[in-house]
Amino acid sequence: MNKGVAITGMGIISAIGNSVDETFDALVMGEKAITTVSNIPTVHAAVMKVGEIKKTNEQLASELGLSPDNNFSRTAMIGALAAKQAVQNAGISSINAYRTGLISATSVGGMDTTEKHYYNYFDQPELIKYISAHDGGDVAQKIAEEIGLKGFVTTISTACSSAANAIMLGARMIKSGKLDRVVVGGTDALAKFTINGFKTLMILSDTYNTPFDNDRKGLNLGEAAAFLVLESDEIVAKENKKVLARVSGYGNANDAFHQTASSENGEGAFLAMEKAFEISGLKPSDIDYINVHGTATPNNDLSEGRAVIRIFGEENVPDFSSTKPFTGHTLAAAAAIEAVFSVLAIQNGIVFPNLNFKTPMAEFKMIPQTAIKYKNIDHVLSNSFGFGGNCSTLIFSKH
Amino acid sequence: MGKTYINGIGCVSAQKTFDTVFLEEAFLNESLNVLPLENPTYKDYISPIAARRMSKAVKNGIVASTLAMKEANVETFDAIITGTGMGCIEDSDKFLKAIIDNNEEFLTPTSFIQSTHNTVGAQIALGMSCKAYNFTYVNAAVSFESAVFDAKMQIDADEAETILVGGIDEMTDYTQRLFKLAGFIKKDEEGSFPILNSQTTGTVFSEGATFLVLENEKSASTYAEIIDLEMVNSLEVLEVESKICDFLKQNNLEISDVDAVVLGINGDVEFDSYYKSISENAFKNTPQVYYKHLSGEYNTASAFGLFVGSKIIKIQQIPDILKANDVTKSDIKTVLLYNQYRGIDHSFTLIAKC
Repeated sequence: MNKGVAITGMGIISAIGNSVDETFDALVMGEKAITTVSNIPTVHAAVMKVGEIKKTNEQLASELGLSPDNNFSRTAMIGALAAKQAVQNAGISSINAYRTGLISATSVGGMDTTEKHYYNYFDQPELIKYISAHDGGDVAQKIAEEIGLKGFVTTISTACSSAANAIMLGARMIKSGKLDRVVVGGTDALAKFTINGFKTLMILSDTYNTPFDNDRKGLNLGEAAAFLVLESDEIVAKENKKVLARVSGYGNANDAFHQTASSENGEGAFLAMEKAFEISGLKPSDIDYINVHGTATPNNDLSEGRAVIRIFGEENVPDFSSTKPFTGHTLAAAAAIEAVFSVLAIQNGIVFPNLNFKTPMAEFKMIPQTAIKYKNIDHVLSNSFGFGGNCSTLIFSKH
Repeated sequence: MGKTYINGIGCVSAQKTFDTVFLEEAFLNESLNVLPLENPTYKDYISPIAARRMSKAVKNGIVASTLAMKEANVETFDAIITGTGMGCIEDSDKFLKAIIDNNEEFLTPTSFIQSTHNTVGAQIALGMSCKAYNFTYVNAAVSFESAVFDAKMQIDADEAETILVGGIDEMTDYTQRLFKLAGFIKKDEEGSFPILNSQTTGTVFSEGATFLVLENEKSASTYAEIIDLEMVNSLEVLEVESKICDFLKQNNLEISDVDAVVLGINGDVEFDSYYKSISENAFKNTPQVYYKHLSGEYNTASAFGLFVGSKIIKIQQIPDILKANDVTKSDIKTVLLYNQYRGIDHSFTLIAKC
């Protein structure tokens, strides 16, 4: 086994909690947070449920201490909150003391402000400040400013696998010595844009999402942000840092099948997992828990299930669960919040339950872990897949 | 440690950058504040049926990547990495407008499906059934540089041999109107829009796609070697020179070793001071090149800049239309590129003759 890159801090905000502690409590108590949407006026409110952070933009701005003339999108605000928590959790007081980078991920960036002001920009001059808040780079720049970081800053957008790729790039940069320390993760706020997008694709559930269930009806959208701090072993040794867990494997591959649908045999997912094993030097039998992508769309769960079976063998699939019933599918942030869940699983020896499951899928014998399970966990594999055939796998390890 | 060579380039821009040697047909248009694209003959590259559903970004990305692959004589890749500051705004604008105008009813998924930032990279991969690593960077003016940085890191570490990288951005009527409102585009009433020594704020915008084939080995089509690349999110004007000196020093070079400096001057008097601070001092005696008067500004215009820098090294000549000063040099071995947009997202790229 190859020694992975140290994780020394985490921060998270999602529908199930505003901190790592709140998140852990909700996961252990089985408290899902899928509700009717309240912050976005949408005609679809009655026929869909979401994983929403129950804070208004004004509340988020005041938590960050932003001045009234700020031009933060909701995506930037939740991103900044999570990143600040992560930096604090890692015990960093002087962020630029080492070569520190920020790698963010987002799918729609500041779309939440753009869609709100679409026509109003032209007759309300006070809104013009939001024009520059639309793109993904603006989100990262604002997070960098909030944590006082000056250096390497970039953003990845590969739809729903974005944050996995941000974590992957960060781990590679630490390994190659390009950076000493890097804040990695993703952020996405709910938006009418994505609600309607997924609605037209007819993959939104009108009730609670049920991953890997034969009668699954689609996904619940969610919003969240999570960031992790990765540090070189030199810093860890020098500063006697507590290592929460390590990023030991990663892989990205393209399904090259269809712009939005996954291939029937999950080729891209299979290749991503295969690469992650190669980097980590681990074998499938070393994995104690899989946090599956498990969006609960008919297409994803079938394709992902087949890919998992190809890697592990149908009889040898380890305990697995999708945590999307707790949070909803948080798009570009999904892999970041699930990275936090994976670290919590390792730290506490817990397999989080796959809520809402009733009926096994007809196509195979994969049955998710439906009740909370306590056991030693050394290695967690986490999958994330996105539009454009983008497939990513991360492996987190205790040592 | 491996080396990274630029072995093929394809560029679609406001100039005729295809079917030409090097900007010999370039046309300086100072009467427009948004430069139109010089359209390639798309049907030579994409079937008209497929092209009908494609946005400009996807079409230009396919043409530029095809040109780069043809030149490098490469058909398969170990990675496809793209950068786009604004993403596929043609489709996202279309979908957003439909949501708002129709109060969230009667929507079709096509434009939503094609609105994700990684659409161009995904479509190229799909077209050639390339299952390799596929990343898209979306960090404003360093989107393209992030892609090149990632590619170079993989080639340096011997993790990949052949990588396709590209920078793509498109312009739409809606974005144009917003950018004029925000003052990012020079005011229509100015009437004339010179870039060099401009006295007004804002810039001249455009769009384009530039793709490069990067490989770990030299070939007959090699332009230059990418020596190093560094990105910094924010810098003060007065910090730029020392940043460049540090960057050069890391590569055992000094200011005097730089044979040409390619600057992202875009005519915004508020932010061109970043370039002025070095062009009037450290690089006073170095040939200076600018290009955004030809390409226009867009988040990945710096990819056009890398096209320009690479061509200069290959052809060993700086066309007059690109010269920002009168200094000349007979042998152009090392070229430094510096770009930033509105004071943030600074990038430094070092390329060399090989």
